This record gives sequence, structure tokens and C-alpha cells, in this order.
Amino acid sequence: MNTKRNYLAGLKKGIPVAIAYLAVSFTFGLATLRGEFPLWFASLLSATNLTSAGQFTGIQLMQLGAGYLELTLAVFIINLRYALMSFALSQQVQIRITPATRFCMSLLLTDEVFALANEKGAAITPAYYFGLATLPYLGWQLGTLFGYVLGGVFPSAVIAAAGIAIYCMYIAIFLPPAKRNRGIALAVMIGAALSCALYYIPYLNTIPMGFRVILAAIVATFVAAALFPKKDEAPTDQSPDTTDVKEGNG
Amino acid sequence: MTLPYLLISAFLMFTATLVPRFVPFVFIKRKISSPFWKSFLYYLPYAVLAALTFPYVFYSTGSVLAAAIATVAALVMSFLELNMACVAAVSFLIALGLGFVF
Repeated sequence: MNTKRNYLAGLKKGIPVAIAYLAVSFTFGLATLRGEFPLWFASLLSATNLTSAGQFTGIQLMQLGAGYLELTLAVFIINLRYALMSFALSQQVQIRITPATRFCMSLLLTDEVFALANEKGAAITPAYYFGLATLPYLGWQLGTLFGYVLGGVFPSAVIAAAGIAIYCMYIAIFLPPAKRNRGIALAVMIGAALSCALYYIPYLNTIPMGFRVILAAIVATFVAAALFPKKDEAPTDQSPDTTDVKEGNG
Repeated sequence: MTLPYLLISAFLMFTATLVPRFVPFVFIKRKISSPFWKSFLYYLPYAVLAALTFPYVFYSTGSVLAAAIATVAALVMSFLELNMACVAAVSFLIALGLGFVF
């Protein structure tokens, strides 16, 4: 009986996230339409990836004709933050949860689901977790579909302007924590500056886009981590999206 | 884009997303202790998002000037910690409106 109650409790908690995902994945659907990808591809990516930054970056690189190594590496680096959440989660759940269940839970791990699960602390059960993730997952699929199908209805000016939405979400994710943490602030500023430098400086800008972003981010993080190494121990404090649901991304 | 390119890319993206998600949760039992690597992992996602945003955000709509003004608005709203959906919606409307002007 506890399993069902836990699942329903999680389900209820996931409703606001599902609504937010509907909106974000709508812009992903639009972006795939704009990039002239087929609908099945947009839905396949959303069903298997369930992540905004990774999916947007992937289709952006594919439109530039990126090679497989560049694509894989870029998406992997962007998704490295999940390793932190995955790690934090491993410290919280009960040991007796089987590897198979853990694997299934991992498939649904997103910034927001992690943030919500994290609030629950040591009391996370698989039922509650799957409850949390159910509606956001559905929202992500529906939003992608609507964005792609309804994209044709909108005037081209609207579709062009919608291209800025994902970047605004990135800004909304990295700026608030950068305000509070000097290490993050430095990593963000150097990352942005280097990325611009690599984009505008002749010869350097012949490096493929995915590698430019990776290079800028790794150098920036290296400098920030060397100057501001963290001292605290709590695993939950290491993860980027524990503060508030609104700061995460899909 | 050819069908094999789409299918292979989709598979690679799926793998590149899945591995960081499940490996620590399923396998890692110990805690990382090095402050440098802990902070490196902590800062990295934000640096990636910043490097992904700049300068690409300026070319994300039809007009560089409209996009730049909308970006400044997004920075201000995010600094004030407004809701992510609100930041995106307002910046979108600014980019749309100014897109007709410039």
C-alpha cells in the first residue's frame, strides 16, 4: 500500500515540472522543425534523451554537419552534470535497491526531478521517484510533438525569435548560482569570454563548434577550481541544482 | 541529412546522455575527496552553459541587435532570479518585437 501512496505523492509533486517541460520541449520541437529534422527524429531524441541542453546542442551540431566524435563528446560533456546528481542520489537511497531499478531510475534523471527527489533526502523510494518523473516525462514528449506540429502554424518571425528561448533558459540556470558562488561566477565569465574568443579569432574559429565549447568550458573550470576549491563535504551541496526547481533545466 | 546519420547520431546522443546518468548511481560507492576535483565537477556544468550561450545567443534570431537587447533583458531578469519560463517568455517577446524594428 505504501508503494502506491508514494507513487501518487510523487506524481502530484511532478505536476509543475511537467508544465514547465511542456513549454521547454515545445521550443525543442520548433527547433527541430526549423532545422528540417523529421518529426520521428525529434520524438526519438526526446523519448531517449530527456534533456534540454544536450538535445539542443545535438541538433545544433548536426545542422553544422558535426562528426560522430564531436557530437558524442559535446553531448557527453554537457551531460556530465548528471554524473554529480547520479552520485548524490547514490549516497541517499537505500542500499538494497537493485542495480536494475537504479538503472531505470537513472534513465529519468533530470535537473528538476533530481531537485525534487533531493528535497526528500534519505526518504526517496523508487515508487516516489518514478511518480515524480512520470508526468514530466509525458510533458516532455507532448511538448516536443506540439512544438513540431504547431510550428508550421506560426509565422516565420515567431519561429525565428523562438530561437532565443533556450539560451535564456541557460542564462536563468547559470546566473542565480553565479551570484552566490565566486567559483561559479568565475567559471561562467571565463567560459563565456573564451567561447567568444574562439568564435571570433581567425584560425581558432576553424575548430568545430562542439570542441570550441568543450575547450572553453574545461579551461574556465580548471582555473575556477584551482582558485576556489570547495571545502565542504556534503554531497548534496556539490550538485548544481539543489536550490530551487525553477533554476534547473530539462 | 541521411537516415544512417540521423539514426547513428540519435544512438550516440542517447549513450552520451545515459552514461553520466547511470554509472555513478549504479556503481560508485565511495565519496570523492579531492577539493579540486569536487569543485571542478561542481563548476563545469555552469561553464558549459555559459560557453554554449555566448556568443551563439546573438545569432539565435534573425537580428543580432534584437537578440543582443533580449539577451541583456534575460541577464537582468535572471539576476533578479525571476522564473526561468518568465525569463524565456519575456526575452522571446522582446526579440520578436525588435525583430520587426531592426
